[in-house]
Amino acid sequence: MYEVKRKVILNDAAFEMDVYAPLVAKKCEPGQFIIARVGEDGERIPLTIGDYDPEKGTVTIVVQAVGFSTKQMLKLEEGDCFTDFVGPLGVPTKLNPEHKHVIGVAGGIGSAPVYPQLKKLAEMGCNVDVIIGGREKQYVLWAEKFEKFCDHVYIATDNGEVGTKGFVTDVLQKLIDDGEKFDEVIAIGPVIMMKNVVRVTKPYNIPTSVSLNPIMVDGTGMCGCCRVTVDGKIKFACVDGPDFDGLTVDFDELMARQRMFKEEEHHVNENADRICNLMRGVE
Amino acid sequence: MPNMSKEKVKMPEQDPQVRNKNFEEVALGYTKEMAMEEATRCLNCKKPFCMDGCPVNVPIPRFIQEVAKGDFDKAFDIITEENALPAICGRVCPQENQCEGKCVRGRAKGSESVAIGRLERFVADYHRDHGKKDESKIVKNGKKVAVVGSGPSGISCAGELAKRGYDVKVFEALHKTGGVLSYGIPEFRLPKALVQYEIDTVADMGVDFETNVVVGRTITVDELEEEGFDAIFVGSGAGLPRFQGIPGENLNGVYSANEFLTRVNLMKGYMFPDRPTPVKVTNTVCVVGAGNVAMDAARTAKRLGAENVYIVYRRSEEEAPARKEEIHHAKEEGIIFKFLTNPIEVKGEDGWVKSLVCQEMELGEPDESGRRRPVPVEGKTFEIETGTFIVAIGQSPNPLIRQTTPGLDTQKWGGIIVNEETNETSRENVYAGGDAVTGAATVILAMGAGKKAAQAIDEKLSKK
Ligand SMILES: Cc1cc2nc3c(=O)[nH]c(=O)nc-3n(C[C@H](O)[C@H](O)[C@H](O)COP(=O)(O)OP(=O)(O)OC[C@H]3O[C@@H](n4cnc5c(N)ncnc54)[C@H](O)[C@@H]3O)c2cc1C
Ligand SMILES: Cc1cc2nc3c(=O)[nH]c(=O)nc-3n(C[C@H](O)[C@H](O)[C@H](O)COP(=O)(O)OP(=O)(O)OC[C@H]3O[C@@H](n4cnc5c(N)ncnc54)[C@H](O)[C@@H]3O)c2cc1C
Ligand code: SF4
Ligand code: SF4
Ligand code: FES
Repeated sequence: MYEVKRKVILNDAAFEMDVYAPLVAKKCEPGQFIIARVGEDGERIPLTIGDYDPEKGTVTIVVQAVGFSTKQMLKLEEGDCFTDFVGPLGVPTKLNPEHKHVIGVAGGIGSAPVYPQLKKLAEMGCNVDVIIGGREKQYVLWAEKFEKFCDHVYIATDNGEVGTKGFVTDVLQKLIDDGEKFDEVIAIGPVIMMKNVVRVTKPYNIPTSVSLNPIMVDGTGMCGCCRVTVDGKIKFACVDGPDFDGLTVDFDELMARQRMFKEEEHHVNENADRICNLMRGVE
Repeated sequence: MPNMSKEKVKMPEQDPQVRNKNFEEVALGYTKEMAMEEATRCLNCKKPFCMDGCPVNVPIPRFIQEVAKGDFDKAFDIITEENALPAICGRVCPQENQCEGKCVRGRAKGSESVAIGRLERFVADYHRDHGKKDESKIVKNGKKVAVVGSGPSGISCAGELAKRGYDVKVFEALHKTGGVLSYGIPEFRLPKALVQYEIDTVADMGVDFETNVVVGRTITVDELEEEGFDAIFVGSGAGLPRFQGIPGENLNGVYSANEFLTRVNLMKGYMFPDRPTPVKVTNTVCVVGAGNVAMDAARTAKRLGAENVYIVYRRSEEEAPARKEEIHHAKEEGIIFKFLTNPIEVKGEDGWVKSLVCQEMELGEPDESGRRRPVPVEGKTFEIETGTFIVAIGQSPNPLIRQTTPGLDTQKWGGIIVNEETNETSRENVYAGGDAVTGAATVILAMGAGKKAAQAIDEKLSKK
């Protein structure tokens, strides 16, 4: 069973877990994700792999409890088990060994997916920097983890509590203005952040990799729910991605598609307790 | 003296206006008496043409004679000599193109063939309710086979090998076994408890099912070989849904039929919000396509509360690939058919579907498939106001196994190439069958392929 081996509350919205899934831990690579379920009729929830330990057989996930299913996950304690945990899914990130200087841009829980990519690049001999952003200090994640291998760890908060006051894009723009040369930017966070990072990098034609998070069901290429438009073509994020060339992604369409079930999600959240009981067969 | 009634004994069904609001099975099945009566319509032909029509050669007249006598256990044993999943095939086989299409009783004008499918279903259901579990001991031979995918091809391959003493492990990517039988075909046509019963039967023979394993990602075919599997069967199904490539297909409110049906069947979206996976239909729903998948999507939408459900298809009713019974049931339930109609654009507002623009078609010259090609009628287009558009125009194979298995040859369109005698692929000891080889086809063909591969695997491995 997929046991929660370690659980840490990161802030008032997010938590981190090491989950026992030896087959996944043995195989996963930066850029890939898993799908997890809580409960017999639980929703299939895609989550990026933040870190992994093949020896211990664990996979680290960082989750933002935004709705019904992620809040169900938050209720799991150490020793509890996920009902299902499948992966690794998606195409591993293509990390270019020629690249000499790469910067990661991580918004909120985006730290988790950016981390394994930068770490691997550093191991390949690339100079890596990172900009971590959050609304306030508590949302700035994994700075100490990045410090182990990044030359520079920049931080931006909306209220200036730590680091620069402003957005990650302000920091990135300033670095470019100051003459920093990047072979690639790896930006992962809320869609609006990724869109704005591309707005910064596009004029300079800096290759910009983004990780897309459309709504998914199976995650194996069967349902077509996760389709996104990249370079004018339809792609299935779960099998063709989730990483794509940010310069050619249709972010507006992605944002619109993420709203497909807004009303229904709201309804489920409002009735969360009753539904939990039903699913457990209490009523 | 055989029963010369021209018509099949009718099978009781839920009333159309009741059933189009629930997810319970539409057809209720024969009683003992009805089955015995229908069985007497069979002429027990010396040359049973019906069997030529059945892809797995079920000994049709032999089993029907037993039904006529009332020996249903014996009838069950005869069917299962050739067909491991009669409860499922009796329900979903396109009988009119297969066994029943060839039955001599159906040749005379106005006369119906013997209801072979309904009888098969009756025998299987009767056995499930009354029969004894098979207690015969399996002698293990110490050899291991891996099966990829738990759809009909994988289940039948696994069951056949287990019977012959192999240790079989089935790897399934989803959290639930059954393939299309679980996530595609709806409850009202194929109850999920029945699918589970068939899978449990195979599990009782010692087959090990491991869910949440995506072969090609979690473990590769090469690694399965390294782990000591002597042979591998790939039954990974049809995979990626196709879209038409018309404007507006990424608007909210557009689903592939796979997504729509998966949300409803696998994730129990029909119980939303009591189950958390949402599915949404609007008052009007349009479905493009006229195969079984399209019928299932349309009838499901109706059951979820849609008032007006349209099936839009560019050819005529005659060419519609769905089972005749499904088209008939769909009509009874109030689905509106728009034949010779092709969607050309989905129009939207604020990111949501608003209407479907359709082009009227007419039949022109026959194409390569021999069917008359539909061509647009110049200047004749119209719009249907709709909030939901479901695309059911087929699938193309999932490339994952192809991409991660060196030396596995595939067709240009992605289907895995196999030796027709053995179902072995270009990789030694790797076999394949079902939709992964043929493209979207039928349950019975997938089962037949799984079984054929099992026989070939056994032949090869027992020589070693
Ligand atoms: C490849 C990928 C990687 C992801 N990685 C992470 C991660 O590492 N950490 C994290 O916290 N979140 C991640 N997400 C997002 C996460 O899956 C959603 O937040 C989660 O599904 C929300 O479910 P809910 O029931 O809690 O919330 P809901 O109230 O149902 O939804 C909140 C929002 O999440 C999105 N969403 C809902 N259902 C799904 C679904 N089945 N698939 C994808 N998005 C959905 C919707 O856009 C919605 O607006 C990732 C998504 C994808 C596709
Ligand atoms: C809605 C619908 C209605 C239909 N109605 C009928 C009907 O009435 N009559 C009829 O005869 N046929 C019907 N069909 C077609 C029929 O269901 C299929 O032809 C049949 O299921 C094919 O069987 P299969 O074993 O090849 O594949 P599938 O049933 O598709 O099973 C494949 C399985 O493999 C799994 N898988 C895929 N890739 C991997 C991987 N890499 N690793 C592990 N597991 C993997 C999948 O998750 C799936 O469970 C219908 C199909 C659909 C979609
Ligand atoms: S398996 Fe299908 S085709 Fe064969 S006899 Fe049964 S219903 Fe007819
Ligand atoms: S062809 Fe028809 S009548 Fe003849 S044996 Fe087959 S089912 Fe019976
Ligand atoms: S999530 Fe179903 S195809 Fe990608």
